[in-house]
Amino acid sequence: MAYVRRYLPHLVLAIGAFVMLLPFYWMFLTSIRSPGEIFDVSLWPIPKDFSAGENFSRAASQVPMARFMLNGVIVCLGILIVQVLTAVPAAYALAKLRFPGRRLLMTLVIAALCVPIQALALPLFVGLAMTELLNTYFAMMAPFFLSVFAIFLFHQSFRSYPNEIIEAARMDGFSEMEICWRLVLRGSLPSLAAFSVFSLVAHWNDLYWPMIVVSDTNLAPPPLGMLYFADVESGANYGALMAGATIITAPMLVCFLLVRRHFIAGITMTGVK
Amino acid sequence: MTATDFPAETTMATASSRSRTDRRMALRGLAFVAPAALLLIAIYILPMIVLAAFSVTDYQLGALSIRFVGLQNFTAAMDDDVFMRAFANTVLYAVIVIPFGVFLALGVALLVYNRKRSRAFWEVAYFLPVTATLVAMATVWQFLLHPSIGPVNAAIKWFGFEPVAFLSNPVLLIPTMAMIGIWQVLGFNMVLFLAGLTAIPKDLYEAARLDGARNPIDRFFTVTWPILGPTTMFVVVTTSISAFKVFETVAVLTKGRFGSETLLFNLYLEGFEYSNTGYAAALTLIFLAIVLILSIWQTVHMDRKVHY
Repeated sequence: MAYVRRYLPHLVLAIGAFVMLLPFYWMFLTSIRSPGEIFDVSLWPIPKDFSAGENFSRAASQVPMARFMLNGVIVCLGILIVQVLTAVPAAYALAKLRFPGRRLLMTLVIAALCVPIQALALPLFVGLAMTELLNTYFAMMAPFFLSVFAIFLFHQSFRSYPNEIIEAARMDGFSEMEICWRLVLRGSLPSLAAFSVFSLVAHWNDLYWPMIVVSDTNLAPPPLGMLYFADVESGANYGALMAGATIITAPMLVCFLLVRRHFIAGITMTGVK
Repeated sequence: MTATDFPAETTMATASSRSRTDRRMALRGLAFVAPAALLLIAIYILPMIVLAAFSVTDYQLGALSIRFVGLQNFTAAMDDDVFMRAFANTVLYAVIVIPFGVFLALGVALLVYNRKRSRAFWEVAYFLPVTATLVAMATVWQFLLHPSIGPVNAAIKWFGFEPVAFLSNPVLLIPTMAMIGIWQVLGFNMVLFLAGLTAIPKDLYEAARLDGARNPIDRFFTVTWPILGPTTMFVVVTTSISAFKVFETVAVLTKGRFGSETLLFNLYLEGFEYSNTGYAAALTLIFLAIVLILSIWQTVHMDRKVHY
């Protein structure tokens, strides 16, 4: 009885974890098996015929997989850099400087936090269509240049920075920019790390907005590329399809396994996905 | 000049120098928030106004004429079978995902919390689906659930049952997508619950034990569940928000075929595929109204949840 008590939680967790991990295992296993083994539903990890090379090269030749990945990197980094550049000074001013309209701006930031991007997509799309900016990197990044969540988060964290140090730095002739970026932000590096993870993961995985503004295959970020690829293959070659899925999910999975703590903190910090 | 003038003069000097620093600080503050404020206007405020304006017109992208139609788009939505079906599908999806996504996550969190050495491993295993690109993983699920070559149906057949057409039987489409939704959200909710559990003081359990709550189930209902109340509420709300935004699984698995549209997918089709801008704007406002109630609650409570 005591024996059961002791190991029952492990058993339950293991069954659950099997379900959670099965798709990843199956994805990887299929990506290294030959297409001939497609009817073999066994979970035996060693394929009879090792054809990872064939599957991965087919995934890379059927659609521009490398291009999708590059697009993902460009879009995610572009968004993150502009978000940090605009949010950090704004959050610093809201937390530490007095200026007219400060309360109004704070109220607008909080209000904007409640509005999902899907609600703004239609007018933003019409605006981009009218200025003929569809099918550009700019169109994919523009709606995310301002992260009200970043302003909110940095404001929370900057507020606790001691005013005495800021005063002393001003006396010493530091410019306000230097105080903001070199002193105050340095005190909030964990927030910056968590926000970066949050932003990168959210935009690497986002399908909705790219699907709206991009129809050119060469500009597609990974999720949209995956969708094109699935349509091209349409069940014909699961080995290549799973190889493609592996390529697209791998960067985030590897980063997650490397910096687990930051990832969990970054993603769950909002509660919003 | 008399000695009495002296203090008055210094006060005046400091006052004017203070107002000068105040003004300098105000200018700097404005300069610091200017980029964010301009983007806020361009990305949030103007689009919201334009959206509201579109919703009372018959505008179609690219059309030359535009007509004011009042609330006709909203009444049309109520008579639109596709929209009502999308709404019903989304509610069904949410009704499945919320209880399972929340209570399974609570169960897993309770089990994981008491593991000492293996805790990190379980956390990784359950959190992995949260990080993975859902579009790619939905493709994998499509394969797993395949009626003839998928391992799930192979297992079902091995147990002696008829294979289940998860992705072609119209009745099963939304439940199947909900199952994938639960699979994805479980680890996320587990982490929120683990944070809530960490905040419970250990001596409360000791006190409950002394008060006669001898077995773990009693202690769960006297201590854990009441204290976890706010966390549970938060998890329910965030899960609801993400459930109402379900899009990727539909886009990959069915593309809305066999009557499996959801709110957001229907919105996507009307606004961006069929270019019914005016009508889609009205649908967007309905979608926003649903999500807003939940997200206002969430934002008000985010203050406390943000730190850990």
